[in-house]
Amino acid sequence: MSLLLRDVKKSYREPGGGRLPVLNVKEYSLKAGEQAALLGQSGGGKTTLLNVISGIATPDSGDIVVDGVNLAKLPEPARDRFRAERIGIVFQTFHLLPAFSAFENVLLGMSFSGRANRGYARELLERVGLKERLNHKPGQLSVGEQQRVSVARALANHPKLMLADEPTASVDMANQNVILDLLRDTCREHGVSLLLVTHSPEVAGLFDRVDQLSDFNQPE
Amino acid sequence: MNLFSIAWKSLRQRWLASSLTSLSVSLGVALMVAILIVNGVVDQMFSQTGSGYSIIVGARGSRTQLIMSTIYRMDRPIENLPWRYFEEWKEHKWVERAVPMNLGDTTQEGGFPIVGTTPEYFLIPPIPDQPFRMKVEGDDKFNSTWDAVIGSQVARKNGWEIGSEFQMVHSGGEGHIHDEKFTVKGILAPTGTPNDRTVFVHIDGFFALDGHDKPVEEAIERELKFYPSESRADIEKRYAADLADIRAHAEEEASGGGHDHHHHHAVSDLQKEVTAVLVTLKNDDYGIRAQSLEAEINEGIQAQAARPTDVMGRLMINLVGNVKDAFLVLTGLIILVSGIGIFVSIYNSMADRKKEIAIMRALGARRQTVMLIILSESLLLCMLGAVIGLLLGHGLVFFGSPIIEQRAGLLIDPYSYNPWEFIVVPIMIAMSALIGILPGLTAYSTDVAEGLQS
Ligand SMILES: Nc1ncnc2c1ncn2[C@@H]1O[C@H](COP(=O)(O)OP(=O)(O)OP(=O)(O)O)[C@@H](O)[C@H]1O
Ligand SMILES: [Mg+2]
Repeated sequence: MSLLLRDVKKSYREPGGGRLPVLNVKEYSLKAGEQAALLGQSGGGKTTLLNVISGIATPDSGDIVVDGVNLAKLPEPARDRFRAERIGIVFQTFHLLPAFSAFENVLLGMSFSGRANRGYARELLERVGLKERLNHKPGQLSVGEQQRVSVARALANHPKLMLADEPTASVDMANQNVILDLLRDTCREHGVSLLLVTHSPEVAGLFDRVDQLSDFNQPE
Repeated sequence: MNLFSIAWKSLRQRWLASSLTSLSVSLGVALMVAILIVNGVVDQMFSQTGSGYSIIVGARGSRTQLIMSTIYRMDRPIENLPWRYFEEWKEHKWVERAVPMNLGDTTQEGGFPIVGTTPEYFLIPPIPDQPFRMKVEGDDKFNSTWDAVIGSQVARKNGWEIGSEFQMVHSGGEGHIHDEKFTVKGILAPTGTPNDRTVFVHIDGFFALDGHDKPVEEAIERELKFYPSESRADIEKRYAADLADIRAHAEEEASGGGHDHHHHHAVSDLQKEVTAVLVTLKNDDYGIRAQSLEAEINEGIQAQAARPTDVMGRLMINLVGNVKDAFLVLTGLIILVSGIGIFVSIYNSMADRKKEIAIMRALGARRQTVMLIILSESLLLCMLGAVIGLLLGHGLVFFGSPIIEQRAGLLIDPYSYNPWEFIVVPIMIAMSALIGILPGLTAYSTDVAEGLQS
C-alpha cells in the first residue's frame, strides 16, 4: 500500500497563545511494500507525522494519500474505519489498555475492524516471546514486554501500512532483533509498507532506505 | 470482543466503585420489590374480601373497626348484640341470609382467630362468584356442637387434619384456656382471604363454652337498654320458658351437689349474643337497599351497619392507598439517588478514562462505539443492581414474611412475586441511558491525539 504526503502542514496551539509549526512537508512518499527507517532529533515532529498519517491527528492542510485514498478529505467515520482495517500502529509509549490482559489488548487491535481472531492473537504473542504472559495485565508486565505486546497488537488487524514509533526503544538486544524481524518479515510477506521511527543508527542500518525528517520537513 | 465485554472489563478494573454503586441500586430495587409484594397482598386483601356481604351489622362504634374485626380479623371486636336482634334480622323482608358471627377467641396453637358461626356462613362467597370450597371434607362437616372447619393456612401452619382436636384461648382474660375441645371436620380450599387463617367453630359449641353465655341479670339489663319501649315484665314474659329452665337447672345443681363442668345444657336465647350479623339482601343489584338499610340502622341507637365495599374502599384509598403511595415515592427516590450515585461514579471515572478512550479510538473505534461502551457500562451497572436487587428483595420477603404475618396478620407467600416487579427492567434501561448519556457524550467528543498525550 503506497503512501503519499503533499503540502502537509501541522502546527500546535502553544500554551502562550501563538502557534507552533511542527510539520511542513512538501512531498514525501513510500511505495507499496517499501520499508523505511525515519531518523530525526527529539521534538522534531516524528510522532506528529505518524499521527497525521494514521488520521489520529488532522493536518492543518495538505493531502495524505494512502493506497489512493486521500485521508485528509475523508469524513471522520470513514477515516476511523480505514485506520481500524488497514493501518497498524506501534506507539512510542505503547498505549496498552490497563484493564485488559496482553491477549485481550491484541484482540482489541482487531475488534474494531470486526475481525477478531483469537488464534492469530495468541500466535502473535507467542512470536514476540510472550506465550507465558497471555493473561497478564499491562501493569504486570515489564516495560519491554509491554512494548512487545504493542507490536503484536499493531500486527493483529493485518494492516497494509505499518507505522512504528521507536518499537525497540525499551527492549534488550535479543528482543530488539525479535521485534524487528517480526515486523519486517511480516510486512515483507504481506506487501505491507513500513515506516519505522528510530534513534538508533544500528537499527536504521538494517533498512535499505533511511530518511532524515529534517530533509523533507521545513516548519518555519 | 463485543461492547459489553469491553464495558465489563472496565467495570471490573474499578470493581470497588462498581460494586458499591450497583449495591446502592440493588438496595433501591430490593425495597421496591418488597413494597410491591406487600402492596399486592394488601391490595388483594382490601379489595376483594367481604364484598360477598351486603351489609355487616355490629355494636355501635367505629365502622372501620367493625370491618377490620369481622372481615380481616385484625382488630378486637367492639361489643356484642343480643341474639334476639340477630333473629329480627333473619325475619327482615329484604334479607336473603343473615349469618351470626362471634369473635374474640384464638386458637391455643398458632394464635389464629376463631369465628363462632353457623353452617350458613359457608354459603356466602367471600369474594363474589368464588364460593367456599372444602379441600378436605369430613363425614358430617359442621353440623354439631364441637365441629370446626379450618382455613387452609391454619391447616398448613398447625399441621391439623380432619379429626385433629384443639382448644381455644379465651379473649380478654390472662389467656384462660377453655377446657372443651373442638374437632376439625373440614378444611377450606385456599380463598386468598383472611378466611384462610381463620378457625370456624360451630356457634352452639361457642356458646357452650364457659363465659360465653351472658349472666341472666346482665342479659335482661341489656335487653332493657336495647329495647327501651319494653319493660322488665315484657322481657321476662318473652323469655318465660328460658327463665324457668335456668331456674330449674340452678336448683338442680344446688341440690344435686357436685358441679359437673363438662355437662353442657343448651344455652338460652336470652343469654346468647352475637358480635356481628353478616347480611345479604334479596334483589339488591344496585346496592340501594343496602344503602338505605345502613342509613336506617345508623340513625337508630341499637347498632351500627357498614357496607364492606364502602368501608373497604375508603380504607383502601385513605389509609392503604396513601401509605402505599408514600412507599412507592420513597422507593422511587431511593432508586433516583442510587442513579445519581452511578452517574457520579461513571462521570468521575471519565477523567481517568480519557486516555483509554483515545487509545480505542486510535485503534479504529468510532465515536459512537466508545459512546456505546460507556452506555453499556451504565446499563451493566444498573442491570446488575436490578438483578441483585430482585434477589435481595425476594430474600427480604422470604425471610420477612413470617415476621410480618406474626406482627400484622398479613399473610404473605414467601415465594410470591408481583408482575409489576418487571417494571424495573424498562426503568433501569431508561435510567442507565439517562445516566450514561453525559459521560457517553464526553467519550464521544474525546480528541484522540490529545487523549493519547494525557
Ligand atoms: N499537543 C501539543 N501541543 C503543543 N505542542 C505539542 C503538542 N504535541 C507535541 N508538541 C510539540 O511538537 C513538537 C513535536 O513533537 P513530537 O512528539 O512529534 O516529536 P518527536 O519527533 O516525536 O520527538 P521524540 O523523538 O522525543 O518522540 C515538540 O516540540 C512538542 O513540544
Ligand atoms: Mg515521538
